[in-house]
Amino acid sequence: MRQPLLALLAKEPAHGYELKLALEQTFGQAYPSPNIGQIYVTLKRLEQDGLVRSQDVAQATRPNKRVYELTPAGREALIAWVEEPSDGPRIRDEFFSKLILAPMAGLADRIALMNVQRRHYLGLMRRLMELQAGTDPADTTARLLIEGAVLHLQADLDWLERCLEELV
Amino acid sequence: MATSRERAVPAGCPPGSTLLRTSKLVKVYRSDGVAVEAVRGVGIELAAGEFVAIMGPSGSGKSTLLHVLGGLEPATSGEIWLLGQRVDGLSTAGWAILRRRHIGFVFQFFNLLSNMTVADNVELPALLAGATPRQARKRREELLTELGIADKAGAAPSRLSGGEQQRVALARALANEPSLLLADEPTGNLDSSNTRDVLRLLHRTHDHGQAILMVTHDARVASLADRVINLFDGMVADDAAIVPIARGLNGVRDVLELRG
Repeated sequence: MRQPLLALLAKEPAHGYELKLALEQTFGQAYPSPNIGQIYVTLKRLEQDGLVRSQDVAQATRPNKRVYELTPAGREALIAWVEEPSDGPRIRDEFFSKLILAPMAGLADRIALMNVQRRHYLGLMRRLMELQAGTDPADTTARLLIEGAVLHLQADLDWLERCLEELV
Repeated sequence: MATSRERAVPAGCPPGSTLLRTSKLVKVYRSDGVAVEAVRGVGIELAAGEFVAIMGPSGSGKSTLLHVLGGLEPATSGEIWLLGQRVDGLSTAGWAILRRRHIGFVFQFFNLLSNMTVADNVELPALLAGATPRQARKRREELLTELGIADKAGAAPSRLSGGEQQRVALARALANEPSLLLADEPTGNLDSSNTRDVLRLLHRTHDHGQAILMVTHDARVASLADRVINLFDGMVADDAAIVPIARGLNGVRDVLELRG
């Protein structure tokens, strides 16, 4: 939540509710709907860290609103975040642990474990294909997220086959 | 195409009944006196109108199995039953007739006849099966229109993109409305948008009541099948229906959570 808020404030100063709307608009249905309370808590922490500052703006008919803007330190933190390569997804090492440990303990054989896991992946893939079919083609963000998940699952399945080749 | 379902499934083979069955199927290759067992005792069943994907590591015998089931290579031992008839002992000519009437084949590298036009490639199987030129042309026009490549009828296959060539190959395979479509990595050479198109066409084939047995590495493709058979070391390691897993994946928002 921190970085998206900094990024939105880099565009222009805004108050909490505007930030919530902007997040929803940017990510569409692909992003978990942000909770307004969480946004205010995050803004407060960002202010304590010196990355944003705020001032109350008087409104004629309603209570004052608190408008936030980015500080130079906030801009630097944001640039550092953007420039840093992001971590890749980690190998699903829980399954790999089962694969190595269960046969050792005499609890299951590897082919049976892999079959269960492969069926699970294919079931998830089928669900992703359903989501893809039900996604508005104009919703680029959602389409790309689904495609990313599809490619990750494909890699998981390919890796499963490599394990089958090497371990059985 | 409203009547396709009735036409696709021959009499005596209603949807859901067994279309293809193998028992203890074995294929041994011999090269320089060394025997390689590519398929080792495979027993599978395919119902009329069913869509089944075959997966497995490379060298697990997937393509060999498909070729043996289509009669492109003879089985070493075991039984193949198609439409209630035992076919593993058929001669080359016998297989050719069976394929013409009941089996369509699609390959990864299309295998189109390069010195013929797209139209001729698609009409040839129907003509070989005894259709009149008029019938063959009509069927070709229907198929190419359905596959969105009617304007390419007069072109040489080499002038087409990979996705278009695979559509032509699919049209050719479907020309005689086979009850069984055998497909060997049909999307293996295509980018994702062409893969989607070919998948949509395969779905339509499936909807027409034709059975599909498809070798694929592509999990997107396999996940759309009714069932996935996994081969390992020439044997069936798994054979299970695909059930979509909706738990925790209610909408696109949850996709973000799937990673990590």
